[in-house]
Amino acid sequence: MNRVVITGMGIYSTIGKNIEEVKNSLYIGKSGIGFDPERKALGFRSALTGILELPNLKGELKRRQRVGMAEEGEYAYVATVEALKQAKIDDEFLDKFDVGILYGNDSSAKPVVEANDLLMEKKDTTLLGSGAIFQSMNSTITMNLSTIFRLRGINLTVSAACASGSHAIGMGYYLIKSGLQDIIICGGGQEINYHSMASFDGLSAFSTREHEPQKACRPFDRDRDGLVPSGGAATVILESYESAVRRGAPILAEVIGYGFSSNGDHISVPNIEGPAKSLEMALRDANVKPSDIDYINAHATATPVGDLNEAQAISKVFGAKTPYISSTKSMTGHEMWMGGASEIIYSMLMMQNSFVAPNINFENPDEFSAKLNIAAETIKNHNIDIFLSNSFGFGGTNSTIIVKKIK
Amino acid sequence: MENKEIIEKVNEFLIDEFELEEDQLVPHASLKETLEIDSLDYVDLVVIIEKNFGFKVKGEDFATIKTLQDFYNYIINHAQTN
Repeated sequence: MNRVVITGMGIYSTIGKNIEEVKNSLYIGKSGIGFDPERKALGFRSALTGILELPNLKGELKRRQRVGMAEEGEYAYVATVEALKQAKIDDEFLDKFDVGILYGNDSSAKPVVEANDLLMEKKDTTLLGSGAIFQSMNSTITMNLSTIFRLRGINLTVSAACASGSHAIGMGYYLIKSGLQDIIICGGGQEINYHSMASFDGLSAFSTREHEPQKACRPFDRDRDGLVPSGGAATVILESYESAVRRGAPILAEVIGYGFSSNGDHISVPNIEGPAKSLEMALRDANVKPSDIDYINAHATATPVGDLNEAQAISKVFGAKTPYISSTKSMTGHEMWMGGASEIIYSMLMMQNSFVAPNINFENPDEFSAKLNIAAETIKNHNIDIFLSNSFGFGGTNSTIIVKKIK
Repeated sequence: MENKEIIEKVNEFLIDEFELEEDQLVPHASLKETLEIDSLDYVDLVVIIEKNFGFKVKGEDFATIKTLQDFYNYIINHAQTN
């Protein structure tokens, strides 16, 4: 079995457009949430959203490389360029060796909606243009990035709702561990546009604290009233330890455990047993005890029932004494298909820089979050040797990743 | 629309939308080999022509359009009959 390490990271998010910016935002507890008047005009129950501008790729990529890319693909491209650079993987390397891609994505709504609107107007499919199909499919990120970077390894998209990015890393970990691939670009991307969020808004799952957007997302807080949708993209380069050593790549950390489970229960309401099972499986796979974990990046999205059940699942596995816990969604909002990957990066940055990013807006606990050691403020000078990151999604899909510092 | 005006408009969208250089746009330039317009690009040309000249190119017509001059001629003929 191969050891699996992380050799590169890249991110494009509402709290920073590269690793350095994101590290600084995490440290000071900066929020990326804002108010989108367009959503209000369209009858959204909540106009709160992560705020992120599109990168300008004109000049950087050829027209043919851009026309098939949806918003989340553009974010993923920028994040992947940064990650490949850190991993010291250049065009020449990509031409010589098989590198794969496993990326989490579970929608590409805007191109679908726009193509349909155009079809109704024009009554002619050719007039939808050549890019619409490549933008519309769930695999839009992997199909575009594999073409741009000329990848020749595994090439597929992982769709698992809000655990997509986490499962993508988990699957990459297994492929490398078992020796089937040496290097895989893993990550998660998430569109932010209103088209993708209208039907979710309709479920009344979003916070309506519109008068103070940056205080709206309150994971584990007693007065939380829902999640805030957000997005961007995050990429980690997973690689076998041997490959990384052989080519002198920076070895940032080791992925030592992956756990997964399915609740077999309600489509949108999480339970306690499923997440607990995922946590336990990851700990077994990593061969570590709960007391070995120095930090938990919680899934906690700030929905009343989701946080309640995750708090109980963590207590069930960790007992009365938990490590520091924070939900970085308090700052970023819920990055959904991206979250499982971005939260590995957020936790990596904390591990590399010895701090715990705050669970902002955590002012009063509820009955169950009171039993957790939640970092309401930045915890400075906190050594993290091993962290654990949870991601859960609709349909009761659960994923847990454990990462260890390389010494 | 005058022929000169049509040619200018075609050149304009080839430069703006297809990111071609002005000096590449010589009448004998091959659409496929020189301007590197591939089968997917033809779909986008249909969209742009419809937007700019108000008529729909039939996909099979592209088979007879080899050079930029053929392309100008095709649009000039169709723009005048529409």
